[in-house]
Amino acid sequence: MTARKEIRFILNDHDVALQAVGASDTVLDYLRLERRLTGTKEGCAEGDCGACTVLVGRMHEGILRYEAVNACIRFLATLDGCHVVTVEHLSGASGSLHPVQQAMVDCHGSQCGFCTPGFVMALYALWMQNPDPSEDEIETALQGNLCRCTGYAPIIRAAQTLSHSGNPANDFLMRERETITARLADLADGRRVEVEKNGDRAILPADVDDLAQVLAENPKATIIAGATDVGLWVTKFLRPVTPAIFIGHLEGLKRIDVTDTHITIGAGVSYSDSQSPLTEAYPHLAEYWNRIAGWQVRNMGTVGGNIANGSPIGDAPPVLIALGAEITLRHGQSQRRILLEDFFIDYGKQDRAPGEFLESIHIPLMPPDSLHAAYKISKRRDEDISSVAAGFNVTVVEGRITAATIAYGGMAATPKRAAQAEAAIVGQAWGEAAFIAAGAALANDFTPLTDWRASAEYRLKSAQNLFRRFYLEKGESAQPARLVRA
Amino acid sequence: MKDNTSIEGAVSTDLKHDSAEKHVTGTASYIDDLPLPENTLHAYLGLSDVAHARITGMDLSAVRIAPGVVGVLTADDIPGSNDISPTGLNDEPVFPTDKVQFWGQPLFAVVAKTRDAARRAAALAKMSYEKLPHALDPVEAIEKGYPHVTAPLKLERGTVADAMANAPHRIKGRMHVGGQDHMYLEGHIALALPGEDGDVEVYTSTQNPTEAQHMVAHVLGVPSNAVVISVRRMGGGFGGKETQMNLFCAVAALAAKKWNQAVKIRPDRDDDMSATGKRHDFVNDYEVGFDEQGRILAVDGTFAARCGFSSDLSGPVTDRALFHADNAYFYPNVRLRSRPMKTNTVSNTAFRGFGGPQGLIIAERIIEEIAYALGKDTLEIRRLNFYGDDGRDVTPYHQKVEDNIMPRVVDELEQSADYQARRKAVLDHNAKGGIIRKGIALTPVKFGISFTATWFNQAGALVHVYNDGSIHLNHGGTEMGQGLNTKIAQVVASAFEVDFARVKITKTTTEKVPNTSATAASSGSDLNGMAARDACNQIKARLIKFASDTWNVDEADVQFTPDGVQIGDQTHAFPDFIKQAYMARVQLSAAGFYKTPKIHWDRETGTGHPFYYFAYGAAVSEVSIDTLTGEYQVDRTDILHDVGRSLNPAIDKGQIEGAFIQGMGWLTTEELWWDKQGQLRTHAPSTYKIPLASDRPRIFNVSIPEWSENREPTIKRSKAVGEPPFMLGVSVFEALSMAVASVADYRECPRLNSPATPECILMAVERLKHQTA
Repeated sequence: MTARKEIRFILNDHDVALQAVGASDTVLDYLRLERRLTGTKEGCAEGDCGACTVLVGRMHEGILRYEAVNACIRFLATLDGCHVVTVEHLSGASGSLHPVQQAMVDCHGSQCGFCTPGFVMALYALWMQNPDPSEDEIETALQGNLCRCTGYAPIIRAAQTLSHSGNPANDFLMRERETITARLADLADGRRVEVEKNGDRAILPADVDDLAQVLAENPKATIIAGATDVGLWVTKFLRPVTPAIFIGHLEGLKRIDVTDTHITIGAGVSYSDSQSPLTEAYPHLAEYWNRIAGWQVRNMGTVGGNIANGSPIGDAPPVLIALGAEITLRHGQSQRRILLEDFFIDYGKQDRAPGEFLESIHIPLMPPDSLHAAYKISKRRDEDISSVAAGFNVTVVEGRITAATIAYGGMAATPKRAAQAEAAIVGQAWGEAAFIAAGAALANDFTPLTDWRASAEYRLKSAQNLFRRFYLEKGESAQPARLVRA
Repeated sequence: MKDNTSIEGAVSTDLKHDSAEKHVTGTASYIDDLPLPENTLHAYLGLSDVAHARITGMDLSAVRIAPGVVGVLTADDIPGSNDISPTGLNDEPVFPTDKVQFWGQPLFAVVAKTRDAARRAAALAKMSYEKLPHALDPVEAIEKGYPHVTAPLKLERGTVADAMANAPHRIKGRMHVGGQDHMYLEGHIALALPGEDGDVEVYTSTQNPTEAQHMVAHVLGVPSNAVVISVRRMGGGFGGKETQMNLFCAVAALAAKKWNQAVKIRPDRDDDMSATGKRHDFVNDYEVGFDEQGRILAVDGTFAARCGFSSDLSGPVTDRALFHADNAYFYPNVRLRSRPMKTNTVSNTAFRGFGGPQGLIIAERIIEEIAYALGKDTLEIRRLNFYGDDGRDVTPYHQKVEDNIMPRVVDELEQSADYQARRKAVLDHNAKGGIIRKGIALTPVKFGISFTATWFNQAGALVHVYNDGSIHLNHGGTEMGQGLNTKIAQVVASAFEVDFARVKITKTTTEKVPNTSATAASSGSDLNGMAARDACNQIKARLIKFASDTWNVDEADVQFTPDGVQIGDQTHAFPDFIKQAYMARVQLSAAGFYKTPKIHWDRETGTGHPFYYFAYGAAVSEVSIDTLTGEYQVDRTDILHDVGRSLNPAIDKGQIEGAFIQGMGWLTTEELWWDKQGQLRTHAPSTYKIPLASDRPRIFNVSIPEWSENREPTIKRSKAVGEPPFMLGVSVFEALSMAVASVADYRECPRLNSPATPECILMAVERLKHQTA
């Protein structure tokens, strides 16, 4: 089947087909410069402020689902087969305000107004998913939106009053769901898509087998899943990514399989979609997962991408390494499975051959006697990159520590196990002394760097203190050893 | 339901922001949203990548031939003066010709057909430098003998040396006070359109259209009447667009004239944060002498600021630090000195509070020092030292505090926030010795209102009543989200007794009201509200005379009533009445003017009456810290903040809430971090962390004292609200300090530096533990 040479999507209520699309064209530039839909704002061009928030609706397991995303680092080519909803679409034909907009007006939720359309879209996405959210849920949904004027209180009040503002089931996107679903089905032809502009090429493989083939043909291509990192290569470093192979649309990489022994998640599963299966098996990940980036980024970014880009400060690797995760790498039709911890070789260097791609991540299910913890320390609680991240997995049998897998991020050039600290506790009796010794041993595992997030001294000290936290939290006294937002 | 007894949107009502519906629908236009004239060009700045160097070569050949490039702009293209120093010290070039003075300094601009092309081309410049040694912070600058960027100030009263020598207790300390990026959501931007006769019109996002006009004229070498600056609204300002937009206006105007086409300039966020100024960081040295009770006897302080490479507004900023180094406390003997240090960093500028917060925090540090030294609650020490009656009512600048409501505000807040019981609960919690420690603090704010440059305290307004009864309002203030336009339109609606909807709010432009001051110093409503009222009163006086003459009644029998005018026993609908006035050739337009009375200031002697009045407020914050990691959260904040008789309580509360969170951010997670080479590495929201929704206290009670009114005849007896509540964030900082102090049983003042990041907290906990171990 020949490749389709255009991308097709629905923008608000218009069908769009574009042939001249470069891999590095962003949704935000398209909306603002090509369509003059200027309600969507550029605040930072790096996915950190949320002023550019739009909704992207896509078919997932047969259901049309809308998610809040950052248009600034979302690539235009990835809209193929999607329904994009911008703030301009919310008001009724008569110009009447949408309930979300009305709530923001009534609660004095805007001052300068520049961040406001982004907040409206994030709140709208939340309202559709959860019409009566808790304060926790509201704050979580707004992690990706910065407001410099209001101090947020009136925006939270707007979100709270929304629960009295009609039923989202009657909302226009819900009412039009069948129509949009049918229109999107018409767009989906199961073909590979190849578009380019001025030599900037974007390829959207038809399926995972096609991906394997495309990548074998273009081994130096940039593989882009959620684009939450690669987006910044383009918007901040003006770095070419051509040819780019986009994989965020591949249903075959979005599978989540839970067996008796493992959870296997496809490399294209977003943080948001992986949250529920992971935290059901491992409740200790629940808080941690909500502290990875902001909501928009969790909707876009993938666990696979977080691993494959090899960053020493990615949040997923340390906690997954602690759980003994493995990954499957695929080249053409051949696959190999390795321990996740072995994937990271050095700074900027991973065990991935040209033409090879990360296909899935396997997280073993543990016997109930193992103790788990996931810790993230950052300057700001939410939507911040970790100064230190850590995963703890400690097995205690009859009062004695029989096994320990402990991994840290932010402490070395790669996510890395704390071998000396592990050795210091394995074989010891459960007790504060063992954990103090392990903390001391950690100084032999890591020589962290000083940067703008934290000094070397702080990184090491707080990383060491996490052993004490673990001991206190998991011990019999169960003393509060971390903050709980009341 | 509308009745006939009142108008909609009068002063003192909770009217929503005039643009609220446009904000939420995305239809409020910012500069980047404006439709562009055909063939608009785009400019982009090329920035330095060294902190201090002699420029030995600038090879722009690759820039010039890059795709889409139309040309470049360098210092050679400046027909007028290569200077945009706002105070006229001639120390801030548009583009430097001999030396780079900070990392990120704009060196040239490239102009291209698209912004993307210009941005890519800008990166192709090949600079040659002879590197010079640099100093990044004020301490380093002092050590290396760097000059002041502007004349320092000294405030002195009494005999400090003697009082200090005789004091029963003396404490000396140093506090590093961090700076702050404005992080307005809309960055810098300007769109310049060339006109005939060499004129230029600039649409931009500035708090100071008049200064932008003068600067553009100065750079172009044309009179001010050849330049028009217009701004409808800003996507946030906070002081960051008071002077910093001048560069972008000048570059866009230069390019528009050179190529005779419209030119837009908008830096990327990272370049915006690297190339434009921020709140000044300070290193403050203090010494306090006090008695056994904790009463302050003498204060000696030196306030050294990181001003950056040029003066910009550093003079008045560092002056204001001294003006607020007393906060709400009487210093019987005092000497305060500023050191506005030149550094090889971006030139720092105005930011909400304008140096006041960096001075005020030293007063609060002094209170803490005394309280920990004597083992008392900080609130007790505060009360003991508040300004009082005769003899205890004179500031370090010799102005009397005549409107002091601080004790009442603090007393009421202490009750409403249940401070004493909660403080006891915090002490009890900490006494258990757990990992999570708590702190609580009640901190006050007294803030002086007026520009300390007395001549800035003037404003103009232009009001037209069209012959259909609709009203056009224009004034010299700018809207940056603070609701200024809403408030002033309320003033106008109330003056004419018409519905708010009858008043059209229009963009600020130098064409309508000339010689305006920056919308800054919290002065927007005070100055422009009075000027608008003056304009309304002029028109009303003519209308009353017309009615009196025409209907043959006394002027006292002509009354403006809701949407009408009562003349004798007859009521005329407002539009009908206006139509008749027009037909009778009554002038229905007026230019209003206002200048603040009473104020004067002699900087040489450090004496005068620089402030028209003071605004007061207080906050109680309760926090929890994790002593293993230094992480923290704010559990609850209660605020009582004085706005006089509010023009719009909803908008004022919004200002108070927003300012508090911004002040909290300044003192907690907002850290500016330079590497050793002098590059700011926290130059985007990915690395520079302002508060999020989840950082705000969930229990957040904000009240305005209903009993308060300005004792001065300000507009409707209201008070300025923009800056003063920013400093309520100090309550969080001091509560964190108390939580830290608990690990050493409160025997020692933790002396936190700001911002108190989790790292700062953990390191302070460790230090205190070791010192007492």
